[in-house]
Amino acid sequence: MLILTTAVTAGALTLTACGSRDDKGGEKGGSDGGNVTVTIGLDAPLTGELSALGLGIKNSADLAVKTANEKSYVKGVTFKLESLDDQAQPSAGQQNATKFVADKSVLGVVGPLNSSVAESMQKVFDDAKLVQVSPANTNPALSQGINWSSGDKKRTYKSYFRTATTDAIQGPFAAQYVFTEAKKTKAFIIDDKKTYGAGLAGTFKGEFEKLGGKVLGTEHINPDTKDFSAVATKVKSSGADVVYYGGEYPAAGPLAKQIKEAGAKVVVVGGDAIYSPEYVKLGGAAATNGDIATSVGAPIESLDSAKEFLANYKAKGYKEAYEAYGGYAYDSTWAIIEAVKKATEGNGGKAPERAAVVEAMQGVSFEGVTGKVSFDEFGDTTNKQLTVYKVEGGAFKPVKSDTFGG
Amino acid sequence: MNELPQQLVNGLLLGSMYGLVAVGYTMVYGIVQLINFAHGEIFMTGGFGALTVWLILPGGTSMWVALPVMIIGAVIVATTIAVGAERFAYRPLRGGPRLAPLITAIGLSLALQYAVWVWYPEAKSARTFPQIPGGPIELGPVTIQTGDVFLLIAAPICMAVLAFFVMRTRVGRGMQATAQDPDTAKLMGVNTDRIIVIAFALGAAMAAVGAVAYGLKYGVVDYKMGFLLGLKAFTAAVLGGIGNIYGAMIGGVVLGVAETMATAYVSHIPGMEQLGGQSWADVWAFVLLIVVLLARPQGLLGERVADRA
Repeated sequence: MLILTTAVTAGALTLTACGSRDDKGGEKGGSDGGNVTVTIGLDAPLTGELSALGLGIKNSADLAVKTANEKSYVKGVTFKLESLDDQAQPSAGQQNATKFVADKSVLGVVGPLNSSVAESMQKVFDDAKLVQVSPANTNPALSQGINWSSGDKKRTYKSYFRTATTDAIQGPFAAQYVFTEAKKTKAFIIDDKKTYGAGLAGTFKGEFEKLGGKVLGTEHINPDTKDFSAVATKVKSSGADVVYYGGEYPAAGPLAKQIKEAGAKVVVVGGDAIYSPEYVKLGGAAATNGDIATSVGAPIESLDSAKEFLANYKAKGYKEAYEAYGGYAYDSTWAIIEAVKKATEGNGGKAPERAAVVEAMQGVSFEGVTGKVSFDEFGDTTNKQLTVYKVEGGAFKPVKSDTFGG
Repeated sequence: MNELPQQLVNGLLLGSMYGLVAVGYTMVYGIVQLINFAHGEIFMTGGFGALTVWLILPGGTSMWVALPVMIIGAVIVATTIAVGAERFAYRPLRGGPRLAPLITAIGLSLALQYAVWVWYPEAKSARTFPQIPGGPIELGPVTIQTGDVFLLIAAPICMAVLAFFVMRTRVGRGMQATAQDPDTAKLMGVNTDRIIVIAFALGAAMAAVGAVAYGLKYGVVDYKMGFLLGLKAFTAAVLGGIGNIYGAMIGGVVLGVAETMATAYVSHIPGMEQLGGQSWADVWAFVLLIVVLLARPQGLLGERVADRA
């Protein structure tokens, strides 16, 4: 009985899916000079602990789509944004990827936020030749292969692009700042064992030791718990003067709070995933004062190129802030729009094949919110700008923006 | 610096919180042989109950005034939900197959999580919890946070009150009688339905105090906070001997100290560097549980009574 029900349901679903596909196909075929609807998929954590970042990404992508439609940027094409929630879970991300692939009107996907989620999506998209542009993934292995750190860089998925700088640059950039400018030489390194956190902590450690810094201890935490008191005590007794945390703000906030409360005289340093007002909120303004986060790109508030974005974002009245990746999400979406434009023009104004969009993406180059947007041979952004932010008076303030010296 | 005393205190604090929640599992199990898997979420709603009270109170209210009201708010919310769950989710299934209330409990646990997630304002990410003002207390090599002081005082008081209630009052003796044999207790004039409701309410009240302690200690409450902690508290209850309220507290403390010690010292053992660290603490907690259950299947303080099938 159960099997029968399943079979019938599956059959019904397939039929409806076919139906909608036919509808859209007909629309495309019958309206050469008219209006083609191209869907841009968006995958990010829209609920759960990381939703602040995810909603900022969603709103910014939405803004890009609306702007393109208002300007009729691609002649004859109306863009539509379809957002799915991955709750920062790789399994949910993969399901979403399959959904996007099944919808033939989707010609590009923006997202996800988490490197671990991206890992589960890449193959699904690549098999379908569907282009993916992440505004936030920073793990180098995603574009350069798992052996990237030994210099054996190999691009696995041709359909994967990102507008965020990788941890191969971000970790060492933080190490240089901490060692040479903040003059901290004794580090305690903590990570959450996830693709992003462990990768970032590893690249920080390598550069920090190369510069002559001492690593007095390492620790891996489980970000699902909130009790880090044992780790905090270890940090205190190690005598470290800086803690580097590879991980995200939901655990980083309470961790920083408990480390400071334990009496350790340290500065907590982390990557772009702790660069959020939520970090200060969770850790408490007093405990996090002086803490440092690095983030990809320059602070967009300081860029001329971002003025229009900031004004439009405000004008559209989004409920949530654009957060750390808003500018990158806008640029990622715009990159897809540019690629679709190029591919459409190459296809005589008709909706292009997915593969053509992937190909067009490689050559995309435009002035975006975060600066010049274009991609290197791995699909990584050519913009290697990074910024150091420090918590002062309860908020992150930019202190130094630079490109990584190597 | 010798960190052992501090780590012991860390473990004791974590364990006290496990213990406060574990009591709820153990009392309900002791009386109706039901593992109330929604108890972790009852703990969570207690935390949100306290937060709500804080948000309603006029801004700038001193924590010394607010805290007692917050505890009362937490207890009211948690007991109301626990009693409601007993009345509408568990009682109709009493006498049915053993699995039915267990499945209901898991369903209820998810329902409560998502109810808070959907309806509580801004509960989709963690919400900050008010803190007790003042600096930490330094006792030689040990530092105790103001938030932890609450836990250190509240846990023993709660346990003492509960023990007095169960051992010395009429209703408490009724609970013991129902735990030993509900049918005979009924024949002796004990209103077992009422006793069961009281067991749920008491467990929820303890969990609510635990939730306030959690908020004060970690500075945040979120809709998922009950899940992992509930699981640990359940483990503590089994470790101590499920059905025994002293066992729940001792099980909690043993578990908390074991986790803390594992985090602090396992990586110092030669050859075990990879198996230390906080992310392994749960593994060692369960290893300890298995070892105890192999040697003493009824748990540390468990009695035969608790195992009555």
